[in-house]
Amino acid sequence: MNDATVTKKLMFYFPKCECDKPIIYHLVKDHHLVVNVFRAKVTPEEEGYLVLDVTGTEKEIQGGIDFVKTFNVIVNYSGKGVIRDEERCTHCGYFTVASFIGALKIENDATRKIAYDESQCIECLACIRVCPFAACTSAF
Amino acid sequence: MKTYEQINDRIDSGKAVVLTADEIMDYVDRKGLQAAAEEVDVVTTATFGPMCSSGCFLNFGHSKPKIRMSEAWVADVLVYTGLAAVDVYLGATQLRHGDPANMYPPGEFRYGGGHVIEDLVAGKKLQLFALSYGTDCYPLREIRTYFTIRDLNQAIMVNPRNCYQNYNVAINRSDHTIYTYMGKLEPRQKNANYCSAGQLSPLLNDPYYETIGVGTRVWLAGAQGHVYAEGTQHAGGVGRTPDGVPTGGAGTLALTADMKQMRKEFVRGVSFIGYGVSLSLGVGIPIPILNEEVLRRTCVRDRDILAPVVDYGADYPQNTGKVIGHVSYEQLRTGRIQVDGRTVEVGSLSSYYKALEIANLLADEIRRGDFLLAAPIAFLPKDTKMKPLVKREPPR
Repeated sequence: MNDATVTKKLMFYFPKCECDKPIIYHLVKDHHLVVNVFRAKVTPEEEGYLVLDVTGTEKEIQGGIDFVKTFNVIVNYSGKGVIRDEERCTHCGYFTVASFIGALKIENDATRKIAYDESQCIECLACIRVCPFAACTSAF
Repeated sequence: MKTYEQINDRIDSGKAVVLTADEIMDYVDRKGLQAAAEEVDVVTTATFGPMCSSGCFLNFGHSKPKIRMSEAWVADVLVYTGLAAVDVYLGATQLRHGDPANMYPPGEFRYGGGHVIEDLVAGKKLQLFALSYGTDCYPLREIRTYFTIRDLNQAIMVNPRNCYQNYNVAINRSDHTIYTYMGKLEPRQKNANYCSAGQLSPLLNDPYYETIGVGTRVWLAGAQGHVYAEGTQHAGGVGRTPDGVPTGGAGTLALTADMKQMRKEFVRGVSFIGYGVSLSLGVGIPIPILNEEVLRRTCVRDRDILAPVVDYGADYPQNTGKVIGHVSYEQLRTGRIQVDGRTVEVGSLSSYYKALEIANLLADEIRRGDFLLAAPIAFLPKDTKMKPLVKREPPR
């Protein structure tokens, strides 16, 4: 495993019983990860969600994920907080006002097909508010 | 020179040469206009976008005992009942009962007439609730039941205004965000939205309504329907480029087809935050290549089509008629236009991707011999203008 620093986008699902654990604190302190939280809903006595970027070496990230998994937390590597339904999307191109960050973009100039690059999404949720076809939804 | 009969014979025998309005320009550039006009039988055009003036007539059949239905709701959306017993008209922009609309702006408008139409076509089970005053022949005064489109005698889409020939590019020059049927518009012209399939759009490929008229067979969301009249607000007498392409709204079409034959992916309810609900529809129209002139007009390109930029922050709502300027669809498709020397981000409400899919589906149907062309029985007017609504004093 090499020592190059990488960034991975993850989503954690916390069942009701694990919402009071200071997991992020341990990811930073014990696993030396740089954590950037995009969006979170973690309330004691309720189930919770957390979408974040973690930056570190592959080894550190794996260590952090292994640590998180010692709780009842489910780690999602794909299928993050914002979901775009391929069937509901009509590829209109109206998203540009919402997805200024470029997570939604025209993939092919000839067909004008829209592609969703989940790794670019910062979970601002603007697309959910404006999409006339309700093609974008939030997991929480 | 070809006739409708000759073209239909070739379609019937599976020999018709069909191209989409997206392919025809390069084909003509390669072959030359004269040779291409002899070879090509049909050019397919299409569009997919919000078309608010859409709706459908539904006939429920009679209950035991019978009800006339003087007020009725489908999936809690009010339908028009001022017709014969158990006939109703469901409109695309009708809000659901109890929707707070823009009481706490901007409203979300998550479900309404357009969504009911989508659900009907998708075969979903929906609630009908109807009231009546009771008559000797129709004694029942209330009914609540559940149905799908298959239970109906008729479900006929009848749309008074579809396929606007060209459309505005909406921009907002005011100092606050506005919510319109052209989407959310940021203040001080930060963004713009347009809504047309441009070079693929039916009436932009037949700018003088030479082949698209009353009686023309159309592909409406997968069903075979037809143009039943000029669309409401049809106004061919507008400014045009030297090639005859309107530089503003201009022509519209009134379309009808059997909803039971439609495909759900081309009938989609839409919610415009802060504005309301509507229906996005897919329409495909074949253009018979009767002669070189008809073919030449189908070769229109996005760079030749100009759309007017209109300020929805003031000029549109106040009906001043002012146009800021014109931009081409080629410019619009780059995602950026220049207004007053400033770069403005552009979004689209119409889906070119879906329009292209429809143009290809229709082309395939014609090649297979499953879609014959119908000659118009009447032409659309070329020179009519839009009349305003005038506030007049009461008559004496």
